[in-house]
Amino acid sequence: MSGREPRRAVVTGIGAVTPHGIGTEVFWKTTVGGGSSLAALDRGGCEGYPLRVAGQVRGFDPAALVEETFLVQTDRFTHFAMAAARLALEDALLADADFDSPYSVGVVTAAGSGGGEFGQRELQNLWGQGSKYVGPYQSIAWFYAASTGQISIRHGFKGPCGVVASDEAGGLDALAQAARTVRHGTDTVVVGAAEAPLAPYSIVCQLGYPELSRATRPDHAYRPFTSEACGFAPAEGGAVLVLEEERAARARGAEVRATVAGHGATFTGASRWAESRDGLAHAIDIALGEAGCRPEDVDVVYADALGVPEADRAEAGALADALGPHARRVPVTAPKTGTGRAYCAAPVLDVTAAVLGLQHGLIPPTPHVTDPCHDLDLVTGPARAVEARTALVLSRGLMGCNAALVLRKGGARGPHR
Amino acid sequence: MSRRVAVTGIGVVAPGGTGVTRFWDLLSQGRTATRRISLFDPAGLRSQIAAECDFDPAAHGLDPTTVERCDRYVQFALVAAREAVQHAGLDMTRENPWRTGVSLGTAVGGTTRLEQDYVLVSERGARWDVDARKAGPALERAFSPSTLASAVAEEFGAHGPVQTVSTGCTSGLDAVGYAHQAVADGRVDVCIAGASDSPISPITMACFDAIKATSPNNDDPAHASRPFDAHRNGFVMGEGAAVLVLEELEHARARGAQVLCEIAGYATFGNAHHMTGLTKDGLEMARAIETALDEARLDPTVIDYVNAHGSGTKQNDRHETAAVKRALGEHAYKTPMSSIKSMVGHSLGAIGSIELVACVLALTHQVVPPTANYETPDPECDLDYVPREARERRLRGVLSVGSGFGGFQSAVVLTGPERKA
Repeated sequence: MSGREPRRAVVTGIGAVTPHGIGTEVFWKTTVGGGSSLAALDRGGCEGYPLRVAGQVRGFDPAALVEETFLVQTDRFTHFAMAAARLALEDALLADADFDSPYSVGVVTAAGSGGGEFGQRELQNLWGQGSKYVGPYQSIAWFYAASTGQISIRHGFKGPCGVVASDEAGGLDALAQAARTVRHGTDTVVVGAAEAPLAPYSIVCQLGYPELSRATRPDHAYRPFTSEACGFAPAEGGAVLVLEEERAARARGAEVRATVAGHGATFTGASRWAESRDGLAHAIDIALGEAGCRPEDVDVVYADALGVPEADRAEAGALADALGPHARRVPVTAPKTGTGRAYCAAPVLDVTAAVLGLQHGLIPPTPHVTDPCHDLDLVTGPARAVEARTALVLSRGLMGCNAALVLRKGGARGPHR
Repeated sequence: MSRRVAVTGIGVVAPGGTGVTRFWDLLSQGRTATRRISLFDPAGLRSQIAAECDFDPAAHGLDPTTVERCDRYVQFALVAAREAVQHAGLDMTRENPWRTGVSLGTAVGGTTRLEQDYVLVSERGARWDVDARKAGPALERAFSPSTLASAVAEEFGAHGPVQTVSTGCTSGLDAVGYAHQAVADGRVDVCIAGASDSPISPITMACFDAIKATSPNNDDPAHASRPFDAHRNGFVMGEGAAVLVLEELEHARARGAQVLCEIAGYATFGNAHHMTGLTKDGLEMARAIETALDEARLDPTVIDYVNAHGSGTKQNDRHETAAVKRALGEHAYKTPMSSIKSMVGHSLGAIGSIELVACVLALTHQVVPPTANYETPDPECDLDYVPREARERRLRGVLSVGSGFGGFQSAVVLTGPERKA
């Protein structure tokens, strides 16, 4: 390949279905305005648990975005994923595209909680009525691969398909896998994550996480980097991005929003938050190295912001370790305090916000946080206008994975068409 | 950068006996490990048979805390990984932990434990708003499939990229395929790769009943799994785990490790056709085979054995036969192709890695494992399926293929340790 320009993976489309609403525009407007959609958890059957605050997707009519034949076969998490994929393809002006070859388009999704509501209903049919009452779609709705498979089938994409079933950091790993797939020769990859963990039995399973916030007030439930930090509020929803090889994207006149430039992933043990400092710092080093960036090139950090004091301390420490003195100067934000953490989808929403932030020259703030107790320039209050070129997105998972992703504004030849 | 990827250790927990020795004994003797389900009472199910592991966690050195915290499929993976790491002679105190990764696949993860606790919290399906107080300990670990790779990474102190892969029934090939890419690209030097599933539970058996994918040969469990045979009528559920230690070739040589074989190529595609249905022509699987061979820089004629997906459903075996003929051409007719699912059943996400371990052993012993129970030819399946008896043969390249729900088609190419650059 010597003498040829390397293949780069660029973002050309975004679709989001989040607690802020349906579509990317409402997500961005609410995010940049510092709005919060955390509220009392009031879905039927979910009210009686010591989890009181969550980010619910309200007013979602799946039939408006996904055909009935797919809806009956799938759980809510796949409804979100299919809706977001369609919005992303429309955004990239590829919804009705005639691809040269179906093998040139791949699909990668991350999923960490599966089709919980669908699965619970079928478990109830089995144990309440008998095995003959289990429906034909249980085998394809509950498992983690449902969203990738259905997106591939619905749009006729036959390229490399992947499913990352990791913890939160898996959302960034999926994006990195998609970017590598593009670099290795596939022209387009539809990639993202969506989760729907707000069904009764799924909630009971999550109650075992010591990091889960049990606060009752929506404005107090998720306040990372403060002395009042008491865990995280979970959320549902997700986002999907279209990644394309840069030259192919430019050749068809697509808008090149950002480049997925670097990724690093490490592991330091489930709930071992003090150790995550070292793991996250290593992940940042690897990601910056792959992107060819120096620490001082980082213009904004989208923090993992778990909201557990030990974990927040470790993240601030990791930034200091990896970025040196620049860590005290670089703006850090955590807009996920306004949506809650949608597991694998959480860092994908951050990537969505980061890409839009680079485009608009704005850093969205961290809702509910007013008085950070760490030596970081945390963006609180109004959004900040910054002509940023490079964003660093961080994520850690409850099972011990750490990941860092570097995004650069536009493509190699500038940000615009 | 593309580096060569060696396999230096293997471990397996499979029906018929734990450990590589007993696994190879079963395969090379063509015995079957399928039987009536004993893990729960299968009365009332259409398919009441499976290939179960007689697995005693304590006998394999798992302490009570690990057993309580880890679902059956995670226990399988820990035992298989210990065997593989020991086999590889890998001393983690001498490895760079940040350059050691884990990539493990599972199709259904902790669903066995999730179902057991569901029965308690729902009072046997009586209530939708389940009772949290009745849940057992560490249920959140069953809920998160990430537990699989996380538990194995903690066991060996790996600090590199750790990933759980869940592409349904191709998970076991894809997890090893991703590990291969990570080593080849230079992201890690060592990767503990494999897959595990323990899907023999009421909900999983019932959901395959609902689509009649599993065999109803309840009267004759030992002969129920009949890949490529004209009288095949569905797959027989299995369970188990397999782990391979993948390592950059020079890294393996530098520490004096035995190179069992190389992973030379990998590819995966979607068929974009149907979540459970397959096309007759096998076009996408053929493309996966061709792409994996291209990556391996191998001519199809170097493939001396095809380890089939061979699930024993009507459509799969027909589809796969067409795909292999399309990819290998005339050479397909001269190449033995067998399905070990005839002996150890179909353990969903795990089986791809179990089959890769079978491929490593086939290369090591220069023996092709048979397709047990194969008696009556099907006109649509007209290749050499190695009926009932293992066969000695010179093996240079081996191909393993997989096909799964979601339409995923994957292929892995392995070559013997004597291959020159």
